[in-house]
Amino acid sequence: MGAQLRVYRQKIKSAQTTKKITRAMELISASRIQKAQARVAASTPYSRAITRAVSAVATYSNIEHVLTTEPEVINRAAVVIFASDRGLAGAFSSQVLREAEQLTELLRSQGKDVVYYLVGRKALAYFSFRRRVSERSWTGATDQPQFDTAQEIGEALLEAFLRESDDGGVDEIHVVYNRFVSMVTQVPEVVRLLPLEVVEGEATDAASVLPLYEFEPEAETVLDALLPVYIESRIFNAMLQSAASEHASRQKAMKSASDNADKLIKDFTRLSNNARQTEITQQISEIVGGADALSSAKN
Amino acid sequence: MASAPLSVSVVSADQQVWSGEATMVVARTVEGEIGILAGHEPLLAILSSGEVRLTLPDGSKVVAEAADGFLSVENDTITIVARKAALV
Repeated sequence: MGAQLRVYRQKIKSAQTTKKITRAMELISASRIQKAQARVAASTPYSRAITRAVSAVATYSNIEHVLTTEPEVINRAAVVIFASDRGLAGAFSSQVLREAEQLTELLRSQGKDVVYYLVGRKALAYFSFRRRVSERSWTGATDQPQFDTAQEIGEALLEAFLRESDDGGVDEIHVVYNRFVSMVTQVPEVVRLLPLEVVEGEATDAASVLPLYEFEPEAETVLDALLPVYIESRIFNAMLQSAASEHASRQKAMKSASDNADKLIKDFTRLSNNARQTEITQQISEIVGGADALSSAKN
Repeated sequence: MASAPLSVSVVSADQQVWSGEATMVVARTVEGEIGILAGHEPLLAILSSGEVRLTLPDGSKVVAEAADGFLSVENDTITIVARKAALV
């Protein structure tokens, strides 16, 4: 067998193996999107109820609360980045990191220090490769987020928020995550978590006016208890959205990888057929040439 | 007394635990137990962990365990929101 032919056969084999892997990943992601989407849907009643309650308290009570009032000077801002644990998901992690970089630039231009909270191994790798520091990070299970993790992140953020900024605390918290729009579109989104901006379109439809609540015990205590929960639910929601986006993005990336492998296999098969035919033609012409030479030597 | 039943939903962080109609809801807030019938004024209360008892229109009872939660009442719609909630 000719050397050229052997090289082509090797390449076909390797493309086939790659295709098996990418195809499997595509199918796995496709099946997990459904579940991830269902989880987003299942957590919606909770966040809607919480958001509604927070809007009610914030709108109808004129109490001063650290979490709702904007500080006069903002020195430090926290940015929470939701990336993925694993790669091979197209632009999933890089687009969210790019968005975070833009946000950082904006915040720096406003004279604020930026501290990072990272979720997902890819975000961590991005930072450690550039030797940049992050305040805290959480890795593992970005594709199947747990509520406990959201709770932990919420606690850490709230603790930093309640500390004075001279003391290493932050005055502002932003989150950057991929919002799941559809199977083909995932948009990186920046949301300011604290100080509170209750601008949930889904929560306050214009028709239903928020009622004048009675609070038990008093409004301030309720707000104290409600806001951490609100933050948790927002973070959990971001994590779930991000997980659904990750699966969708991976499925898309793996599909195009499988398609590419198909194309490669086809191209290399053509080339190897060509090489084989050339080899045969050459062998025939050698035989014919040899026979010719023999018969002309006899005469 | 208003005969219109209350529409109640019990929601935990990752799912809707129960929803439906009830005539009376009894929950334990941090201040003490509170019973809610139809026509109650709007209320937002912090729940201490414990049982939430619902009496359904047919007289049967549903009991849910809720921890770290809130109770909101508005226009005969009651939402019980808890980090962790489960039917008992």
